[in-house]
Amino acid sequence: MEQTNKKAWLYLLPAMAFLGIFLVYPLIDVFIYSLEEGYNSASQTYFGVGLYNYAYVLHDPYFLQALKNTFILVLITVPLSTGIALLISVGLSSIQKLRDLYQTVYFLPYVTNTLAVGLVFMILFKKTPYTDGLANLILSWFGAGPIDFIDGPYWAKMFVLCFYTVWVVMPFKILILTSALASVDQTYYNAARVDGTGKLRIFTRITLPMISPTLFYLIITGFIGAFKAYSDAVALFGTNLNAAQMNTIVGYVYDMLYGDSGGYPSYASAAAILLFAIVLTITCINLLVSRKHVHY
Amino acid sequence: MHVTLQNLTKKFPGRGKKAAEVIAVNDFTFRIPDGTLVGLLGPSGCGKSTTLNLLSGLLSPTSGRIFFGEDDVTALPPEHRGVGLVFQNYALYPHLTVQQNIMFPLENRKGKDKLTKEEMRARALEAAKLVQIDGLMERKPKELSGGQQQRVAIARALVKMPRILLLDEPLSNLDARLRLQTREEIRRIQKDTGITTIFVTHDQEEAMSISDLIVVMKDGVVQQIGKPQEVYDDPVNQFVAQFLGTPPINIFDGAIRDGKLCIGTTPLLDVTAADQEDLVIAVRPEGFNPRQNGIFSCRLHRVEVMGRDISVVCGHESFIGENFRAIIDSEELAFVSGDTVRFDLNPNKVFAFRKDSGQRIRF
Amino acid sequence: MDYEKLERSARLRSRAVKITTYALLTLWAVMVLFPFYWMVLTSVKSYGAYNSEWIPRLYTLSPTLQNYREAFTAVPLTGYFVNTILFTLATTGIMLVVTVLAAFAFARLNFQGKDLVFTLFLSLMMIPNELVVITNFVTITNAGLRNTFAGLILPSVTSVFYIYLLKENFAQIPDELYYAAKVDGTSDLKYLLRVMIPICRPTIVTVTILKVIECWNSYVWPRLITDDQAYFLVSNGIQEIRENGFGRDNIPAMMAAVVVISLPLIVLFLVFRKKIMAGVAQGGTKG
Repeated sequence: MEQTNKKAWLYLLPAMAFLGIFLVYPLIDVFIYSLEEGYNSASQTYFGVGLYNYAYVLHDPYFLQALKNTFILVLITVPLSTGIALLISVGLSSIQKLRDLYQTVYFLPYVTNTLAVGLVFMILFKKTPYTDGLANLILSWFGAGPIDFIDGPYWAKMFVLCFYTVWVVMPFKILILTSALASVDQTYYNAARVDGTGKLRIFTRITLPMISPTLFYLIITGFIGAFKAYSDAVALFGTNLNAAQMNTIVGYVYDMLYGDSGGYPSYASAAAILLFAIVLTITCINLLVSRKHVHY
Repeated sequence: MHVTLQNLTKKFPGRGKKAAEVIAVNDFTFRIPDGTLVGLLGPSGCGKSTTLNLLSGLLSPTSGRIFFGEDDVTALPPEHRGVGLVFQNYALYPHLTVQQNIMFPLENRKGKDKLTKEEMRARALEAAKLVQIDGLMERKPKELSGGQQQRVAIARALVKMPRILLLDEPLSNLDARLRLQTREEIRRIQKDTGITTIFVTHDQEEAMSISDLIVVMKDGVVQQIGKPQEVYDDPVNQFVAQFLGTPPINIFDGAIRDGKLCIGTTPLLDVTAADQEDLVIAVRPEGFNPRQNGIFSCRLHRVEVMGRDISVVCGHESFIGENFRAIIDSEELAFVSGDTVRFDLNPNKVFAFRKDSGQRIRF
Repeated sequence: MDYEKLERSARLRSRAVKITTYALLTLWAVMVLFPFYWMVLTSVKSYGAYNSEWIPRLYTLSPTLQNYREAFTAVPLTGYFVNTILFTLATTGIMLVVTVLAAFAFARLNFQGKDLVFTLFLSLMMIPNELVVITNFVTITNAGLRNTFAGLILPSVTSVFYIYLLKENFAQIPDELYYAAKVDGTSDLKYLLRVMIPICRPTIVTVTILKVIECWNSYVWPRLITDDQAYFLVSNGIQEIRENGFGRDNIPAMMAAVVVISLPLIVLFLVFRKKIMAGVAQGGTKG
């Protein structure tokens, strides 16, 4: 027994060492950083402890811009992507022919490099001296535009960001929802059909309640994911997101840490902690709501 | 409402590219009289569940027609057929209470058939009372026992006053004691409501005990239709004879020689049929009567007394299988002792079939 | 009741629903595939042809591979590629060793406080990466590991989630196998290598593929920790190309680079389609 005891710890050692250095210690450290005022990363000194870093971040216009962007992004993309994914998954579950093909196609964005494909979206939407771009060509059919979606007005940039974000998160949601739908026992549908239940009513009264746990799981992870948005914005608007007015909270953290305006781990820590306070609050609210509405 | 099946056939495409198509139901013609309880009976894969799904409209037939009364419903989708269907696993919606489950079919109605909440509640309560679950209306399905879930499923099927009621293996998910009780219950409900009811089962005892008519199926083909006792007493072929009855019928090699029915080489009964070899002689367990000087002599293995039944386990060289079983009355026990037991045979319990086709040879 | 009318309307309705469904599904499929099409199309248009199209053309009649030549010569794309492959192989390899050993300890060995330690491990899953990245950045910088492979690799070689996944899988192997091996005098390590790993190969393969995808697409950490192009991975490379490579407007060459970067994962996906989708459904998240 003594022997196994020692040996077991030996097997665990690498994992514990890595997790300790790169996960547990940083978690504690980030709170310390966020409270150290005037921290200088070169000399590693600071001159006080307090909440000044939080106050600074909360008054920083860049942070407020990032906060606003992130909230808009979350509030638009989470309901939209979940809704469209639900629609597509229901459609996908109702067909037999070509189903595998569609499923494969829909999953493609999951395995592609966000930065690389973001570049394609950028050229689709960008207006240059040589061309208005494909998006504007389509707009012109409806007599609108041209609009520069990448360097133009705020709402246009936000539109592209939301569009791309939805495109990127869709594969995961479709995958999870289709497997949830497939796990609903077919006899429930047969029973409802024999009882003359309309398609819409079957969906709202049977399908939705049956997959509600999965749906809430997706909404919760969707919120968390959307609050951490960053790479998508970089892919579309480049690394200088503050200049493009398109920064996100996570982007703000990284910029504070290292970047054009960087070198302030204390501010970065305060911003990161603020972000997770928000995420935690929203997740708790989600869980409370779901407890009320998820059956079983 | 009487129900008519006319040359009903359902073929499924074979699995895999080259596999032959499967004929699940083959040329089924039958007129079910109004208000009867019909049991569709057969081993798994015989097409009985397919027939039920054709009746409910969840499947549509390859050819043939279905009539409810005078209405041709062959191509009618299930929602317009007005059938009540009870599923094998009950298919109760787990997120709805018993009351909501029962009310579910009523809430689907539109237009002039629409009911108010009060009417729906009243109808649901009525249906629940019929199956005696009116005390459980606020429970969720997972808080109910198997038997209670079964009743809820029946109430849900009955609440919309269906033209016909279909039950798919209604008792298979219940334990033995509950099964006995529930099948009486189904019989009672069917009598009370007078709805033409068709149920599917693989358990012949279940079908025999409550049905007005049974339909024995095998490999998609109807073997025999009739009142349970008639089918039991007068099977048309070896399959039906073997499928009905517990303990099962005993099968021997035999023949008809010189106007006598023989098991092995022992002549047993005088018959009028023409002589022929290669027969299967089938004797119901209760067809053996032990007598001092019985004509059929067998090795006695043991006597099993199980409550009211006394079964005598015997061996005979012409028996197909190992041992056969005779069910006897207690006063006959006196004739059973030693190594050998002698039986007389009750001619009404003895059948002869052709060995190759299983066709009945009447004698 | 008018049965014929009912039947006809039911048939019509079900056909209409079917057509709408396929139309909707095809629409989304086009939305998904179009960017890929556009990226390949643009990458084979010549620089001159692309810039002369005021109205973008949806096809090209004179495809060229010039852009691919350019992508490999004008910018250090080969270097980015080699870096990414090295990074992916090393990270995935080390991670497998670390997680398998830990999962083995939790699943098979007995030691005091096992349940407590495992619960603590699981609770670590809730720590978001964004919170710890700040200190890790400082740690790696102070250790002088910026612009090194060690700095890139070390923080991402453990995954609590994969330890959990493997532990659950290992725990399904019946105890009898272990006792039988013990009776035959097999050491724990040999049992792990010869029995447990082969039995759990499907899960290990899934974990490996998911980690490879994650590595290939990782952007944030490499961006923080490298500013020397010699250590850029493909994600940083593409960002660098976008901002400084080729001259800003050589979009066809840029797209050629994007195609080259995307291709390996798409091929991997098409080969391991079922495995990847099952693995992600089990617990992968993105974003």
